Amino acid sequence: MTFDWSFFAHLLFHPPGSFVQGAIRTIYLAVIAQALGVALGLLLALWRRSRLLPLRVLAGGYIWLVRGTPLLVQAVIIYDGSSALGLYSFGTLSVGPVSVPGVVQAGIVTLALNEGAYMAEIMRAAINSVDKGQAEAAESLGMRRRQAMRHVVLPQAMRVVIPPLGNEFNNMLKVTSLLSVIGLQELFLAAQDYNSATFRTFEIFLVTAIYYIVMTTAWSLVQAAIERRLQARGGDLVATVPLRQRLFSGGTSGAGPAIGAEQLRGAR
Amino acid sequence: MPSAGKTPDAGVEGTQAAAGAPEETGTLAVEATGIHKWFGTAHVLDDVSLKVASGEVVVLIGPSGSGKTTLLRCLNHLERIDRGRLLINGHLIGYRENARGELREDNEAEIARQRREIGFVFQHFNLFPHLTAEQNIALAPVRVRKVPRAQALDEARRLLARVGLDDKRGSYPSQLSGGQRQRVAIARALAMRPRLMLFDEPTSALDPEMVGEVLAVMRELASDGMTMVVASHEMGFARGVADRVVMMDAGQIIEAGPPAQVLDSPAHERTQAFLSKVLH
Repeated sequence: MTFDWSFFAHLLFHPPGSFVQGAIRTIYLAVIAQALGVALGLLLALWRRSRLLPLRVLAGGYIWLVRGTPLLVQAVIIYDGSSALGLYSFGTLSVGPVSVPGVVQAGIVTLALNEGAYMAEIMRAAINSVDKGQAEAAESLGMRRRQAMRHVVLPQAMRVVIPPLGNEFNNMLKVTSLLSVIGLQELFLAAQDYNSATFRTFEIFLVTAIYYIVMTTAWSLVQAAIERRLQARGGDLVATVPLRQRLFSGGTSGAGPAIGAEQLRGAR
Repeated sequence: MPSAGKTPDAGVEGTQAAAGAPEETGTLAVEATGIHKWFGTAHVLDDVSLKVASGEVVVLIGPSGSGKTTLLRCLNHLERIDRGRLLINGHLIGYRENARGELREDNEAEIARQRREIGFVFQHFNLFPHLTAEQNIALAPVRVRKVPRAQALDEARRLLARVGLDDKRGSYPSQLSGGQRQRVAIARALAMRPRLMLFDEPTSALDPEMVGEVLAVMRELASDGMTMVVASHEMGFARGVADRVVMMDAGQIIEAGPPAQVLDSPAHERTQAFLSKVLH
């Protein structure tokens, strides 16, 4: 079989409806799962720093489990496994005119639970990257620990989180394809179905790859715009130090890698 | 009555110092008795006793590692004390005494409440880099004292004017010089209307030409009657502003008294050795 240019071009510019729907689904799965994952990650990161041992153990155990097992296995356990055991079956959920198939719910839950564990580690590194003197200054003014975290430490940590968060979302867009294993009709499964009807495998998956790269490229432009805006608003925190250094300098322990804002400033 | 130290000679100095201390003392701003603090095996505070009357300015001097910073940090419970008794404005700080006279660490809310009365100025400023100068100052009044935002910002501007920075209210810390940052930090501490101000080597991280502007603000604060405990190597400031100079070495207060006495005719040879190093 030779490369069929006209088939390729036609598929690229006039994709069947199942392709378009699959791509749209990929995007909203990724957006919702990432948002939930960020929320869960923040919660877990705070739990890991809690003064209550059970919360620390719970968060640490969760992160260990999730990061230690493949997403593919998690998806199957959550969707098929829980249903087979009679634990929980994802059924169609209708909210007004919108109805969400069970498999989509399971997909979002899987991705969010998985992403939460990774975001927790990113948040933890970001929180640790804020100089300890910041919380001390806030507490010396009479703020509670919680207030110091919310109004002083987290706003600074979030700026550090933006670049790796962009990275995570890029990954999320692609990782949705793994949910094809539980029969979720996103872009990859749509392509597979189309392939089994036409057998133009190379052309079909080349087009699929192009779709993914268009999505991730569009996202990287959005991310660059977000980072530019953050910089413009007086905060030169994000701009000056490379991400890797910002997150991981000062060694491996959580003992506060010393890159407080003041020190960043001093270094210039 | 202000007195300091545990060695006999320091005790005598302290008594003499009382003559120069303000008459209308009321409750003492600081009353530390037999404070001990260890970092691991390092005995960083070794039986430190210090009384500071309200309105008094005390300057702590001594070589680095002598315990000045640790003592200041204990005074607003940024560090726990391992032994001893510490009263700020007449109340135990960080601890609560139970019926049997044992000290238990206080709950977090109570510690936070007590810290409102104590301003702390850090060597490295610790301004909030994501907030402008006026937001830095207004944050705690809004979040802790529940002052309406507009009013807190008004007050922030007044405080900025007081430290000579009324034109910098919209500037971020990164846009300010070291001296300006430290002045904003002082204004930020004052915004909580503290009764006691602690300064941890406030000019040590500054370029020499910026030291003067910060000391000027502190001088004015002292002349307004603020109670201040200042760790500093600025002997000129100590001489001109302090009611009492307290010399620390190896975690102990070895000598205390009016500046003229401690700085010009120190009794202790370690004080003499220290002074000959910093004055030349």
